[in-house]
Amino acid sequence: MTANRSLHAQGVTLGYGDRVIVEGLDLMVPPGRITTIVGANACGKSTLLKSMARLLAPTSGSVLLDGKAIHRMPTKQVARVLGLLPQSPIAPDGIAVSDLVSRGRHPHQGALARWTGEDDKAVARALETTGTTHIADRPVDELSGGQRQRVWIAMALAQETDVLLLDEPTTFLDISHQIDVLDLLTDLNRDRGTTIVMVLHDLNLAARYADHLVAMAGGRILAGGEPDDVLTEDTVRDVFGLECRVVPDPLTGRPMVVPMGRHHTADYAMRSA
Amino acid sequence: MSTTVSAEAVQLVARGRRRRARRWWIVTGSLLMAVAAAYTLSLMFGDTFYSPTEVWGVLTGQQVPGASFTVGELRLPRATTGLLAGLCFGMGGVVFQTLLRNALASPDVIGITSGASAAAVFGIVVLGLSETAVSFLATASALAAALLIYLLAYKDGGSGPRLILIGIGVAAIFDSVISYIVSRAAEWDLPAAMRWLTGSLNDASWERILPLAIAVAVLMPVLLGSARDLELLRLGDHTASALGVPVERRRVLLIVTAVGLLAFATAAAGPIAFVAFLSGPIAVRILGPVGSPILPAGLVGALLVLVADFAGQHFFGSRLPVGVITGVLGAPYLVYLLIRSSRSQGTTL
Repeated sequence: MTANRSLHAQGVTLGYGDRVIVEGLDLMVPPGRITTIVGANACGKSTLLKSMARLLAPTSGSVLLDGKAIHRMPTKQVARVLGLLPQSPIAPDGIAVSDLVSRGRHPHQGALARWTGEDDKAVARALETTGTTHIADRPVDELSGGQRQRVWIAMALAQETDVLLLDEPTTFLDISHQIDVLDLLTDLNRDRGTTIVMVLHDLNLAARYADHLVAMAGGRILAGGEPDDVLTEDTVRDVFGLECRVVPDPLTGRPMVVPMGRHHTADYAMRSA
Repeated sequence: MSTTVSAEAVQLVARGRRRRARRWWIVTGSLLMAVAAAYTLSLMFGDTFYSPTEVWGVLTGQQVPGASFTVGELRLPRATTGLLAGLCFGMGGVVFQTLLRNALASPDVIGITSGASAAAVFGIVVLGLSETAVSFLATASALAAALLIYLLAYKDGGSGPRLILIGIGVAAIFDSVISYIVSRAAEWDLPAAMRWLTGSLNDASWERILPLAIAVAVLMPVLLGSARDLELLRLGDHTASALGVPVERRRVLLIVTAVGLLAFATAAAGPIAFVAFLSGPIAVRILGPVGSPILPAGLVGALLVLVADFAGQHFFGSRLPVGVITGVLGAPYLVYLLIRSSRSQGTTL
């Protein structure tokens, strides 16, 4: 049901004040696929995501949405095509779930626009998709972390964009809720063809859920492509400065990182030798 | 997952939305009626009582012996100034508190109204300017105060608590300027000085209302038109921007409009203590998390000023300026918030 949108960072240099964080970076986001960005802390992955969401203007280069420079497009026009779930969104005190999710409809309403039946439908659809219909009238600040994250995703879904960017959507969630959120995003991608770009911390989850994996270090892209090609022992060493073994995930066959540290690993290797 | 949606879910969403809208209208409507009642009562009561019929006669331009002067020239300008100034303080205050996510970030705590007040008293006492010129000088000065606080507090994005502390310092500087000018103005009597120290409606006149009324007529629709943007800005700058709000432009528009309303109100009635500070939290407490608090906060502000002025006029042995009453109401709340904020970060609206 969705048009394939192209999102392309073209030679972007990004920074805050005099501090350059990303320099001359190119990234072509594959349309209709899930792209996951991984990298060490402060490697510029969130900064890159911000510039692709039009929050941070590049000092040189440009981010192109369907071939047009995103930073020269009106905010509202971008918001109808591209949604963003930032790392720490703020829920106003006491706001009800359906009220918060309804705010996702803003880009589709004009200056004097009235709320329409279509908006109610979009909100209801977003609630059903994220399994939050039963908590629609509850205050967001009373929910658990996992439920709250579903509600924020519901808000982004109500926006009904073809592209969705997420900055660490699984942070602060326990492992079952992490899987839950990533499955939900995969549903969204498969059923609606939504292009998804997200920053993730967990390498193994990133490799499992990505169609396209991007590894960043020092403000540059070190490797990008199929997870099988990208997630190698060499990449992990270059990106994180960590020695590891990469073995096939027993469930999916995707690469799985087993980190090495100074302890435990040597003893076991010796015993099993 | 499917793209179809159940009718029950749609109904659930629509019901929730209608319930919130109904609550907003009921609360706002009730506040509006309370303001109308307070306004009418302050026209009727005084040294002489005038019946609603006599008051109505004056309002419709008939000559009513006694009432035409007392109501038409004394009580009506006084109540109207209180009504409009309260509206401005309430709406301006809640915009600041919401944008800065802190009830302490009220324009009368962080020095915005002090800036307007200092400029106004300087314009009147030292420069001898007209009412309209004073209003514009007050607005310029309040904007300058806002800019000054922002520049002093701006470091890595300017955090809330830092901005509030600097604002309190800036307020103290402006307040000392006001005290100095008032103390040097020999011809000023005590009530007039009170207008610039805590706010008073004693000098209310039609001449003074005109600039305020025009400011309300022009700026209030702008502010109410931006109510939805303010609601979206509460989700954080990044989320608001992702939802299509041009964040920087809308924030500047909201602040300039709010400062304009506050400055014109200050020029007309002085910095009526703590009305801007109290109105937002009271309105939010009554309203709950439904819809925009801007108009309800304005109505609470108007109600506070009208009731406090009425109490100051009639309930005590001597006549007290309105700012003294609102100051007594507001100070304990300020202390309460300061204690709570030193314990935790929680002073959001």
